[in-house]
Amino acid sequence: MKFKHESIEINAGLMIALTMVVISIGGLVEIVPLYYIKDTVEQVDGVRPYTPLELRGRDIYQREGCYLCHSQMIRPFRDEMLRYGHYSLAAESQYDHPFQWGSKRTGPDLARVGNKYSNEWHVAHLVDPRAVVPESIMPSYPWLMEPLQYADVADRMRALKFAGVPYSENQQEYDANVTKFGKDVADTLNVLGAEKNLVQQAQTGNYDGDRSRLTEMDALVAYLQMLGTLVDFSKYDEGYFAEFR
Amino acid sequence: MAQGAVTGTEQYNYEVIRKFAVMALVWGLLGMSAGLYAALELAYPLLNMGIAEISFGRLRPVHTTLVIFGFGGSALFATSYYVVQRTSQARLYSDALATFTFWGWQAAVALGAISYMLGYTQAKEYAEFEWPIDLLITVVWVAYFWVFVQTLKRRSQPHIYVANWFYLAFILATAILHIFNNISVPIGMFSLKSYSMYSGVQDAMTQWWYGHNAVGFFLTAAFLGMMYYFVPKQAGRPVYSYRLSIIHFWALAFLYMWVGAHHLHWTALPDWTSTLAATFSIMLLLPSWGGMINGIMTLSGAWNKLRTDPIMLFLITALSFYGMSTFEGPLMSLKSVNALSHYTDWTIGHVHSGALGWVAMVSFGSFYHMIPRLYDTKIYSLKLIYVHFYLATIGIVLYIAAMWVAGIGQGLLLRAFDDFGSLAYTFIETVSFLHKPYVVRALGGGFFLAGVLVMAYNIAMTILQSKQEATAIEAKLAAKLARA
Repeated sequence: MKFKHESIEINAGLMIALTMVVISIGGLVEIVPLYYIKDTVEQVDGVRPYTPLELRGRDIYQREGCYLCHSQMIRPFRDEMLRYGHYSLAAESQYDHPFQWGSKRTGPDLARVGNKYSNEWHVAHLVDPRAVVPESIMPSYPWLMEPLQYADVADRMRALKFAGVPYSENQQEYDANVTKFGKDVADTLNVLGAEKNLVQQAQTGNYDGDRSRLTEMDALVAYLQMLGTLVDFSKYDEGYFAEFR
Repeated sequence: MAQGAVTGTEQYNYEVIRKFAVMALVWGLLGMSAGLYAALELAYPLLNMGIAEISFGRLRPVHTTLVIFGFGGSALFATSYYVVQRTSQARLYSDALATFTFWGWQAAVALGAISYMLGYTQAKEYAEFEWPIDLLITVVWVAYFWVFVQTLKRRSQPHIYVANWFYLAFILATAILHIFNNISVPIGMFSLKSYSMYSGVQDAMTQWWYGHNAVGFFLTAAFLGMMYYFVPKQAGRPVYSYRLSIIHFWALAFLYMWVGAHHLHWTALPDWTSTLAATFSIMLLLPSWGGMINGIMTLSGAWNKLRTDPIMLFLITALSFYGMSTFEGPLMSLKSVNALSHYTDWTIGHVHSGALGWVAMVSFGSFYHMIPRLYDTKIYSLKLIYVHFYLATIGIVLYIAAMWVAGIGQGLLLRAFDDFGSLAYTFIETVSFLHKPYVVRALGGGFFLAGVLVMAYNIAMTILQSKQEATAIEAKLAAKLARA
């Protein structure tokens, strides 16, 4: 039997079928194994899902399109380590739906921005970046001082739970979280107490500098202040992470 | 020639093509204006004005969505409907379904842009549409596929013309990419907000598999389909090599799907994946250049047309930019180059040499060929096509050159060390360095937009002229009848 390309050219069905085969292979080979190869995500202590307040902050981060100018992915280069800190691990974004690694640094990387600046600095900077950094080209975000909407925070956690994030809705799930993350963290991952937890964290953290109000700024700063702070790198030697790469 | 016995209008469904073509220009103007404004915001941040809806982070997806899906998408609908009818010599399947694809697509683009300004986004680049709009797009896409395939089935000759292979591959690939990358969990039936079903490294891989193939199929394969019809047609010559078109079609369709992970070099994505992507990116140079060579060489023996035909000038320049950016792409996919170029404006420049130089230029050329035929008349002004061509070319060159300076410059500054081994520059010092390139980039964008304005005027006058010709002929006919 001699094959002729013509037989495809005269048969739309065959052309569709063959095209489907040809365009499916690359994605299958590159994406599917990432779910099955264990070393894809490092085994590392400390990484946990976001608290309700941090989650709302992360939502605002996405709403404003921060990811279009700020990456959250430090590469293993000397200049990046000096500038931003330890290179990012896959484990650190394992609860990120969607990932926020970014593709452009019009501003600096934020993967480890947590605890680098004070809350006051963040508030001043977000309201008017050029008041703190005169050469900055970041937009100002005065509207972040408006009240935070958090009535649907439990719905948000439930959606994420459906996508695989271990938020708890019953005793059994809660207990599992206590074992995995410890009691303090497990409490913040409880969907049922989400609103209370959110208000409490904002009160304690006082992120926007005014305890009498709960603003979007509270949530966003809470999120920024925890970025990259979960893994204690002094507990691991460098060779350990290299094994996963 | 106006009102010839059996013009296209009766044999073919031109109405839906006219609508798509006009909307492509409208979205082009809006999307490029948004892009120009966003560029100016980066040069002069005060232009953000503290207004949420137009701040850079919300405006940038408006720009990309309007130009890719609004302008590019409508141009593809228009030309694919034109090409599939002309090459099959059959009328488009189902006027109603085709009209539905028009309104559905326009609604998706408009709703997308508005929703980003209001702060609703999936926060995945070029896939920012929230879930209800994603569903609408899926329905429209299925209808599009059906119209296209059913029209192919009506073809009056056995062979499916090569342009249609590319359009078909684009429709199929876009469907797969769109569906798998957008699987997400809404937070409620009545909320626009949703979260991606995937997380972290898997989400990153899926997103860039999508992202790069939005470039590979939406912005490349489909526009190659456009090229395979309009270049031979405008040149009045057959495609240079039939065999080359077969080889580069299958190679392109196969290889593109592997290369997305080159957007994730040096990240937490496993090395095996990004190495594989880099390897395939290098291989992809061959089918890309196969397409370019096949297009340009079609003009072989008729090079003189470049002196007399501004439409040909658009088409051939587009192919040249295609060749250039598909050379630059594999170069940037090398890990050592990528270490410098990634996260910088070099990437932005690369995208625009493809998007402005290839995608937009080949669309302009095709539109100048197609629109007068849709309206059964001649183009209003050939001279204005030249004006458009030079404005566009100068604009692109300014844009790319500025972004090379910005990207390579910033990349070098960020990795510079002083004698003591400390970082030589703070991040903000590299931002200050970007100001001048950003101004030049905006200027380039301004030139390009001015060119599109000239085109819009030229096309509007062409349509008006066609209406006047039709009225004149009707009047003549009426007079004749009255005399009889």
